[in-house]
Amino acid sequence: MDFELMITSLPKLLSAATITLKLLSVSLVIGLFIGLIFAILRLNKNIVINKFAYGYSYVFRGTPLLVQIFIIYFGLGQIEYLRSTFLWFILKEPYWCAIIAFALNTGAYTSEILRSAFQTIKPGIIEAGKSLGISSKIIFYKIQIPIAIRQSLPAYGNEIILMMKGTSLASTVTLMDLTGVAKYIISTTFKPIEVFIVAGGIYLFMTFIIHNVIKLLEKKFSFN
Amino acid sequence: MELLAFGDTGWGDELFYATLMTIAVSITAMIIGFSFAAIFTPLKLSNNRLLNFIANSYTTVIRGVPELLVIYLFFFGGTGAVMYVASIFGYNEYIEINAFITGAFAIGIISGAYSTEVFRGAVQSIDKGQFEAAKVLGLSKFTQFFRIILPQVLRLAIPNLSNVWQITLKDTSLISVTGLVEIMRQSYIAAGYTRDPLFFYSFAAVLYLLLTYLSMKLINRLEIRYSRGY
Repeated sequence: MDFELMITSLPKLLSAATITLKLLSVSLVIGLFIGLIFAILRLNKNIVINKFAYGYSYVFRGTPLLVQIFIIYFGLGQIEYLRSTFLWFILKEPYWCAIIAFALNTGAYTSEILRSAFQTIKPGIIEAGKSLGISSKIIFYKIQIPIAIRQSLPAYGNEIILMMKGTSLASTVTLMDLTGVAKYIISTTFKPIEVFIVAGGIYLFMTFIIHNVIKLLEKKFSFN
Repeated sequence: MELLAFGDTGWGDELFYATLMTIAVSITAMIIGFSFAAIFTPLKLSNNRLLNFIANSYTTVIRGVPELLVIYLFFFGGTGAVMYVASIFGYNEYIEINAFITGAFAIGIISGAYSTEVFRGAVQSIDKGQFEAAKVLGLSKFTQFFRIILPQVLRLAIPNLSNVWQITLKDTSLISVTGLVEIMRQSYIAAGYTRDPLFFYSFAAVLYLLLTYLSMKLINRLEIRYSRGY
């Protein structure tokens, strides 16, 4: 055990962890938005819209995240037309490519979580709202969405943790996130176990925090 | 289309073999995972605090740390560990471990953590009366487990194990960083060679979709078979 290496690599890994957290939080915010839109589309009665939303979530859940990142980072740059548009300012940055891939990926999972949450809302609750003369728009925003959020919190907590682990793939497109820096230190010092303990410890700590925050939220949003 | 031709001109045969490799790694990893689950599920269910702690730390650490980091640990650390063990036995030459074995082992340990949780849940949700009834009937421990408990565990576990399989299948794409030529690595090589990454990575995505789709169909059949008593 090389304890000195563990201590000297800790600050480097910690500063890399902020990049991991940045990637995670930005893609979660965008992904939640995408997920909500697609969950609503899934509930639409129109078959074309419905199938489109289903296809989106099927493709993104059925393929590895690594493929999605590579298509966006290496693949999209190949299209000449894209290079001339403003989109190129975003797509030439590995940071934004990673975020787009993560957001689309977590969006697909989130849409499934939210859809099942919407579907498990008891119809009686919506009917009660209607009989009180509340408009369907307000029923949706003030009754359905809060209940769906409560219902989906445990599953969404898991999704956040899975996504945090997913951000490690950013290191494959040259980003120096926690895993990227860990790999760099391993390949220069050839001390995989020490670095794994420190980097893994930081990841576990983040998992622990996320897990407890979700638990707190669950308690806060519970009805009884 | 000519990019996918078989033979020297296209990448069809290479990608076909790469797909077989992905399947082979996934199945091997799944089997290794089951062996880990067979060891750690009893530990999780035991009343001994120490054994509980060991099993819990295994599943918690593996499920809380990115797959890629575990793969790097095995990729960089595997050779060292094997050489260290070999040096105890007096063998000091350089040993290179096959990328297939390292990869399958790394993914297997990850999939084992998920399988352990699935089996634990399945065993716990079996009615206590089943264990007692088997005991009362005077069946041997062996028969109790294999004829009474295991079939019920499998029925409960198969839907969740199918999720574990999907995760394992997708995780094998990460082994490409170690140089094992599976779908992802082959697409990377082909994309670099032809300068057509969009086509090859999209094709890789299609291959993965096909694999997940086909395995879903197969698993659904298994599910029907194992729940035929209900």
